[in-house]
Amino acid sequence: MRSMSDKKVKQHKKPRVIPGFGITLGTTVAMLSILILIPLGSVMVYAFCMTPREFWENVTSPGVIYAFGTSILTAFIAAVVNSVFGVILAWVLVRYEFPGKMLLDGLIELPFAIPTAVAGITLSKLYVRDGFLGAPLARLGITVSYTHIGITVAMIFVGIPFVVRSVQPVLEKLDPQFEEASYILGADSFSTFFKVILSELMPAILTGFGLALARGIGEYGSVIYIAGNSAREHTQVVSYIIMQKLNYMDYPGATAVAFVMLIISFVLLLLINIVQIRQSRRTNNI
Amino acid sequence: MAQNTKEKKKTDIVRILLIFISLAFVAVMLVIPLVSVIYNSLRKGFAFYVEALSGKYVVSAFKVTMLATVIAVAVNTFFGLVASWALTRFSFRGKQILATLIDIPFSISPVIAGLAYIMTFGRLGWAAPFLEWLGGLLGIEIKIVFALPGVVLATIFVTFPFVSRELIPVLNADGTDEEEAAALMGAGGWSIFKSITFPRIKWALLYGVILCTARALGEFGAVHALSKTRGKTFTLPLEIDALYLSGDQDSIVASFAVSSILVILAVLVLVLRYVLEYKAKSAGKRR
Repeated sequence: MRSMSDKKVKQHKKPRVIPGFGITLGTTVAMLSILILIPLGSVMVYAFCMTPREFWENVTSPGVIYAFGTSILTAFIAAVVNSVFGVILAWVLVRYEFPGKMLLDGLIELPFAIPTAVAGITLSKLYVRDGFLGAPLARLGITVSYTHIGITVAMIFVGIPFVVRSVQPVLEKLDPQFEEASYILGADSFSTFFKVILSELMPAILTGFGLALARGIGEYGSVIYIAGNSAREHTQVVSYIIMQKLNYMDYPGATAVAFVMLIISFVLLLLINIVQIRQSRRTNNI
Repeated sequence: MAQNTKEKKKTDIVRILLIFISLAFVAVMLVIPLVSVIYNSLRKGFAFYVEALSGKYVVSAFKVTMLATVIAVAVNTFFGLVASWALTRFSFRGKQILATLIDIPFSISPVIAGLAYIMTFGRLGWAAPFLEWLGGLLGIEIKIVFALPGVVLATIFVTFPFVSRELIPVLNADGTDEEEAAALMGAGGWSIFKSITFPRIKWALLYGVILCTARALGEFGAVHALSKTRGKTFTLPLEIDALYLSGDQDSIVASFAVSSILVILAVLVLVLRYVLEYKAKSAGKRR
């Protein structure tokens, strides 16, 4: 508590000796407002201008409800899968030495660099019935393309880097004392991992999970080709619905759905920020 | 002793198992798709590949993509430098909120970015009468939505935080002592930036610019909402989409041919990233 009030006093007393405060802050706020905030604000204002009934009808039409269900469910499963594999990948990259490690580390970032549309058509081509991966899976009785599994696969693809990149730096800086203490107290490596290391990594895993989830819920380009976008099979995602409404010039409908999406994104962003702030507070107190 | 070797054997097995799982996961999820783009693009031979890339629509899409990317990168580099200076060199109320707001484009669907510009500058948008008035004053028709300015704006939107995000951590880590000293000795803002700040951030800046370029080249969702004319306002990803959905075998191979260009650029970005990280690290050590 004391340190916080100290900091506050310091902040107010500290004179601004470096020039350029007004002009840089002004330019930042102006550009941010014109390019990002005002356009997004227009969506919000337009949504608020609707009558509550109109808004409600747009948001609760069966197609929209199913799309939200599909997007949230598949993004959640994809984020869980990515959390498990993300922790394994981060662990392997930080703790082990093996040939090709640098290549593996570089490949993790691939989904950030590859355009979503390219990822979309590639995955769709791979997982169709006679595709390279689709054919063997079809023999096992698993249909990937044009199902929820396909959507999940695409979301796993775009979400891989998030968990790895948020867990990796924390794992690198992890104090070896915790592990040593755990071993000395007689724990084996499994319980050390699950009880000591995992709890230390939890904020980072949650951050990565949240980022992957947010990305998955809003995902468009990589999903639409493998999804099939059938209203009957409930394989339409929310972004697809917004795009479809835009193409039919149904602006109130598109805005209402986008408004709900924006709220979901902001809530996720807020939760991620809270996790990160709590984490930095905890580590600073140690 | 016996227990010790047993324990060691167990950790060895775990190690091999975990490495195997990692490699298998990355191979299936990342490497196979990467290879399949190249394979699919060359299925009809190299002559077809070259022909597909020199089509009228593809060339036009290439030009639009380059235009949008160059403008977006220039705007966002300028923004990144200014914003990171404001956010790391001064403390003020609401700084954290400002930093969060800058990151918004990362966490919202690109389709919503497209919608936002339609609702602002489109026929229904509140800025439409203003644009009409301005156009009347200048004697031209100003069209943003479904035209090139819309494509450029959408590209700027989705790549907005890329440069500032790379610069802020570097500037925060370095602290402000040297800049403060220079300012107290009477140096102006520009010369402080040029001789103290810039040399420290140049690798992070270059990395941010590269990431921004990669993302701008590949943007799909936002542009998809704002661009409807093939051969005029289509970017490369939109051209890929049009070719792929037209359905016949030749177009699908052509769409993979166009994709392969973007994939090669993506791999180049990753290689450059490694080089830059290495440079930044060795520069850090020298200091």
